[in-house]
Amino acid sequence: MAESITLKINGQSHTVQAEGDVPLLWVIREYLQLTGTKFGCGIAQCGACTVHVDGQPMRSCQLQVSRAVGREITTIEGIREDHPVKQAWIDIQVPQCGYCQSGQIMSAVALVEKNSNPSEQEIIQAMEGNLCRCGTYTRIKQAIYQAAEKVRNS
Amino acid sequence: MKSTIDRREFLTRAGLTLAIAATPSSLKVFALGEADTAVEVFSPGPWLQITPDNQVTILLCKSEMGQGVHTAIPMIVADELEADWNQVKTEMAPVTEEYQDPVMKSHSTYGSTTIRHLYEPLRKLGATGREILIEAAAKKWNVAAGECEAIQGKIHHKSSSRTFSYGELVEEASSLPIPENPRLKNKSEFKLMGTPVPRRDIPAKVSGQAKFGIDTFVEGMLYGVLARPPAYGAKVSTYDEQAAKKVEGVRQVVKIGRGIGILADTLDAAWKGREALNAKWDGETQPRMSTASVDKLLAESLDKEGASARSDADVQGALTAGDKRVGAEYFLPYLSHTVMEPMDCTAHVQADRCDVWAPTQTQSGVQEVATRITGLKPEQIQVHTTYLGCGFGRRGGTFVVQEAVELSKAAGKPVKVIWTREEDMKYGAYRPGYGHRIEASLDKAGQVTAWSHKVAASSVMAGLRGLGRGGPPTDPFAVGALSRRFQYEIPAMSVEYVRVDTPIPVRTWRSPSGSHSGFAVESFMDELAHAAGQDPVKFRLKHLEHSPRAHRVVELAAEKAGWGKPLAGGRARGIANFLSDDTYVAEVAEVSVNRQTGAIQVHRVVCAVDCGPVVNPDTVDAQMAGALTMGLSAALKEKLQFANGGVESNNFLDYPILRMSEAPDVEVYLVESDDQIGGAGEPSLAPIAPAVANAVFAATGVRIRTLPMTPARVLEALAG
Repeated sequence: MAESITLKINGQSHTVQAEGDVPLLWVIREYLQLTGTKFGCGIAQCGACTVHVDGQPMRSCQLQVSRAVGREITTIEGIREDHPVKQAWIDIQVPQCGYCQSGQIMSAVALVEKNSNPSEQEIIQAMEGNLCRCGTYTRIKQAIYQAAEKVRNS
Repeated sequence: MKSTIDRREFLTRAGLTLAIAATPSSLKVFALGEADTAVEVFSPGPWLQITPDNQVTILLCKSEMGQGVHTAIPMIVADELEADWNQVKTEMAPVTEEYQDPVMKSHSTYGSTTIRHLYEPLRKLGATGREILIEAAAKKWNVAAGECEAIQGKIHHKSSSRTFSYGELVEEASSLPIPENPRLKNKSEFKLMGTPVPRRDIPAKVSGQAKFGIDTFVEGMLYGVLARPPAYGAKVSTYDEQAAKKVEGVRQVVKIGRGIGILADTLDAAWKGREALNAKWDGETQPRMSTASVDKLLAESLDKEGASARSDADVQGALTAGDKRVGAEYFLPYLSHTVMEPMDCTAHVQADRCDVWAPTQTQSGVQEVATRITGLKPEQIQVHTTYLGCGFGRRGGTFVVQEAVELSKAAGKPVKVIWTREEDMKYGAYRPGYGHRIEASLDKAGQVTAWSHKVAASSVMAGLRGLGRGGPPTDPFAVGALSRRFQYEIPAMSVEYVRVDTPIPVRTWRSPSGSHSGFAVESFMDELAHAAGQDPVKFRLKHLEHSPRAHRVVELAAEKAGWGKPLAGGRARGIANFLSDDTYVAEVAEVSVNRQTGAIQVHRVVCAVDCGPVVNPDTVDAQMAGALTMGLSAALKEKLQFANGGVESNNFLDYPILRMSEAPDVEVYLVESDDQIGGAGEPSLAPIAPAVANAVFAATGVRIRTLPMTPARVLEALAG
């Protein structure tokens, strides 16, 4: 049975009628129409649906919406446009088709906010779960180096 | 090459067609916005409109899937028009003949053709606009046109410093005749072309605001999913419609051409309805079809006689007469496109119109499908093109469009269809598996004297045209790169095609010819070089005497990669070179092989490219890196699995694609070239698999002739 569920997303409160076992991804995307978060695989293998839950990057396709209640959810729309990661993504011209890039950016933001001087191995470790079929991996690495440097110097 | 000249003539004609279409009688007053506020529009050709508000609008018949054409197309027009980049916007054109690609005669985006087909017509279009605007200003000032100059969206009168904006000249310009041969800019006058202009779609793709097909919402829409047959040819035997309808939110169950549709208020309800439906299927075409049977069929097909695609005099005689004879077989698997955005489409069928929102590579195809299903006229079909979450040829297909339109027609409401990743994996049309058998002979000097080549595969051409087992005897996607467009200079060559028929649908997959021919030809060239005791770079150059462009990219790639210089850490280099889409690409891969695990690590790839004039060098760089990364994914990891008469692969767990740790550092070098323009979206894909296989041979002495080069296959090869 659908129930009334209140979520805190990007600092705002949203109430939806949904069954508790619906993945958070679909509530964010299809119920609330915050469409920046993307569906790619449904089994936590591609990272397109990455959001932050209480500051941690998570695959929203794997989190039942009932378990997201009361937690701070951040989506791509909640990352400020002048965030060093978003800026670097534009400077380096990272996206091609762009479909996976919300998830890439969410993983990268989580990385540089925790570690503003990541090694190549640390970048790979943080980004390994985010697939890009267009092949933008080289530019993603470059953009993370640039964003991390900006975070370090700020 | 005759075909090249033909295409050039065709482009010239296309340009003229444009100019002819742009007679004064075709200058229209369009009604924009409110029906009663007619706005004067100056339009020197159907794709370009300038309005009094100083807005330059370019109408596009091409989809944006990351290849940057929604930036490159306006760059070409704006440069020749001498418009201010910020006053130029783009819109998707209505799907009518007037706006179509003049070469392919449709609204479609495939084959790395956008810039190749449109470069010259767009330049002429912009230059035509510029010349008329100069003429219009001269007339208003009553001065000679020669005293006026177009600079960044304004016409200047040189001696009096008076100016008009383009918007101010719309009315005057609309009454002037169209010049037949506008002067195109010299390269030195370009302001945008040849510079790395930031892509216009990128900010929205970074902010999360970009709208893909899956992001479509229409008031009152239902979600549609399908219960689908698990094997090719299977028909539904039983299903529980009532159980599905009992699921909260399920509105309707309807049998359509491709399965049983479940319509619901939410996607999760539709999925639950599908589960409750519990559809059973039987009557599959080939219940025992499996990966093993598909592989076996391919290998056996190479023993059959094929249809000839090229047959020089006495190839067999030349093969026998050679000093040394070399032969090899290469096998490539079926591949899924695995576009990151699984198939989706939203349709709204009404009595007098049908709207379709689709991430599509073929607006013409969408229109055709919707027309057929609804019985409406083509002009009643409104195609709304969203961004595409990857294309790679997959979105030239219209299965999902068919489903959305059929379901909307049945429901009388807008319907959004979203496939799961599993559906996307199992119900696609694929890059077919290929078998190549090659034999060649070398003379004493190590020159190839004869080359006999047989290819076995399903016909992509028949797949694209829905010809079933009919269609032409040979398939250009299987043998085109070996016959008409074969690069190497071989005195006697024969090419045969054996058609393999299976129930598996096939279609174009990024670099449809090169993705398989490149591996076979460039691996074999490496084998020949070693058989001749020669350096693989020098050996290739010796067989490219009359192809200066190929020569140059091979030399450039070798030089930048440090070919011949020692490498540390067990690394070795391999080279490959391929011509596709009129673009010359050579790549050197630097790899190491872990002899314990069998894992191949590709550390660095140097890619040298000659694609003729470059519109946006940063985009070309990105496309080269991207296509070779996708090619590497296929080379190392991808093989679609079959079982029980259908596709067995499900998702990224059992069809893995390349991850960041496996991606090499890529360096792209563009050759400065004014030669014939080539495509950029695909040509770097073909050389990567052979470059890696050749590097693996250099590192280990082991030749891998079957893709993908998985650790298991490498270990097996190392064990001999």
